[in-house]
This record gives sequence, C-alpha cells and structure tokens, in this order.
Amino acid sequence: MSDPMSNPLLVQYLPILVFLAIATVVAGAMIAASLVVGKQKPDAEKLSAYECGFEAFEDARSKFDVRFYLVSILFIIFDLEVAFLFPWAIALGDIGMFGFWSMMVFLGILTIGFIYEWKKGALEWE
Amino acid sequence: MTLTTIAFYAFAIVLLASAVRVITAKNPVHSVLFLILAFFNAAGLFVLIGAEFVAMILVIVYVGAVAVLFLFVVMMLDINFQELRQGFMQYMPVGLVVGAILAVELVFLAVTQLAGGPVGGQANNAPIPPVDQVTNTEAIGQILYTDYVYAFQVSGLILLVAMIGAIVLTLRSRPGVRRQQIGQQLDRKRAEVVQVRKVPTRGGV
Repeated sequence: MSDPMSNPLLVQYLPILVFLAIATVVAGAMIAASLVVGKQKPDAEKLSAYECGFEAFEDARSKFDVRFYLVSILFIIFDLEVAFLFPWAIALGDIGMFGFWSMMVFLGILTIGFIYEWKKGALEWE
Repeated sequence: MTLTTIAFYAFAIVLLASAVRVITAKNPVHSVLFLILAFFNAAGLFVLIGAEFVAMILVIVYVGAVAVLFLFVVMMLDINFQELRQGFMQYMPVGLVVGAILAVELVFLAVTQLAGGPVGGQANNAPIPPVDQVTNTEAIGQILYTDYVYAFQVSGLILLVAMIGAIVLTLRSRPGVRRQQIGQQLDRKRAEVVQVRKVPTRGGV
C-alpha cells in the first residue's frame, strides 16, 4: 500500500475515518478540558449515589426477565437470516436456479422454526 | 507511513487494548462495552483489507444483536462477581493450559502462512477476485450458495436448532395471566349469561 488513493474502495471510507478522528479529538478534548479547567474537590457525599435525598434502597442492577433473552435470541436468528439474503440478492444473476433454490430451502428451514415459535406463543409478551 | 498504515495500527492498538480490558474489567457491564469497542475496531480492520460485507455484518450482527444479548445475560444472571473471582487461583492452571494450546495453534498458523503453505485447507482454494472488479459482497454471494451449499444449509439447521432450543429452555406459560379470548367471548349465548328478574318495589333482589 504505497498511496491510500490507489485503492478506490478505501477512498470511499475516507470521510468516515475523518469523522472518527474528529469525534475522538472532540470527545477527548471535552474530558481533558473538564479535568484540567474544573475544580476537583471530591468528598464522600459528592461521590455517593444520589436518590432524591435519601440513601439508595438497593443496587441499580436488578434481575432481568428471561423473556428479554428469548426475544433477543429470536432477533439474532432472523437478523442472520437477513444477512444471508444480501450477498444472495446481489449475486442472484450469476448463481442461477441452483443458488435460488438453495436459498429457498434455507428460508424454508427457518420458516419451520418461525411457525413453531408462532404456534408456541413465543412472540406474545403476555 | 501512509494513511492506511496509520489507520491499521490505530484500529489494531485500540482492538488489543479493549480486548485486554474485556477480561480485566471488574464490572461485567464494562467488559461488554469494551467488547463492543473491540467489535467496532475489528470491523475497521476488515474494511482496511477490503472485506466490506464482513465488516458491516460484524457491526450489525455482533454489535447490534450479540452484544445486546450479552448485556441481557449479564443483567439477568445477577451473580455476585466478587464471589466468582475467589476461585481464580484454583482455576488458573487449567486456564493457562488452554491459553497455551491456543497460542501454539496461532503460532503454528502464522508460521505456515509465512512459509507459504496452505492455511485452512480446502476453504482457501477458491481464487479471491480483485476488489476493484468484484465487490466483497458479490464475491461471497457467488460461492456461498452454490459451492458451499452444504455449509450454508447446515448453518440454516443450526439456526433452527438455536431457535427451538431457546424457546424450549425459556418459554414458560404463566398461570394467572388474563388474556382476551375472542372465541370464548363470541361463544357466549344470551340465555346463559343474562337473567331477567322481577324486582318487587322496595324489596330488592
């Protein structure tokens, strides 16, 4: 890689890199400036958690319902299914009928799972 | 030093630093956040080698879905991580052995690659089309659904197993939840539920 302009793909990503660099500098400058300029006099009362004037009753972390996990897993699976569709849609002209039916079988397998979860009521919240 | 080289080293350094923080952070939620940062930097590295599609999928699937899942799991378990850490010295020998095996494998791969040998066996045999003629997404699409059809279908089956497994393990029917059951509502006959009574004056029912 002699010249960054030699690769047309990376030139398209140059604005994002510039954006990232600016974001890093601005965020770093804000933290550094508040550390340098602001007066830092910590004490126990300032650092403790503040909850409407009284002591905190319990930890901020509490148990999540397991149903969030189920929804999240189901989301990941269909997310992946869609991710497989992108290259297929682009290359559909080259891969012919075999590629088309290969994807249809894949979608069919996942549709079986979709029907299963629908019938089980896994998509209903309450 | 060109811009590409600078970007590579910046991404690589942040990636390694955040990967170290993932396993050294005291708070597991911070670990997950550092993991997300590591995913983003890995995506940057993929873009640098021209693997656009892999980079975007890394951001969408890993950052968007897997990291959220990890956060849910970390929040859901409600484990006292201070207690969990107490057996650290006890488990360290086993961990060191596993780490050493992984390190040896990585060194072996690197040495084979440097010697010019094949890495990854058959998977490497497909010629990689030049990036400026065929985009990364198209190159994947041209072989994934035809040459690697069995691996593709197996991935579909694995997703199906994951879906059914998650439902079987976590889905519980909750007693005492009042749902609207439209069929039951419509089935009610007037004669079953409505009574007409004569109410005497000042008598009540």
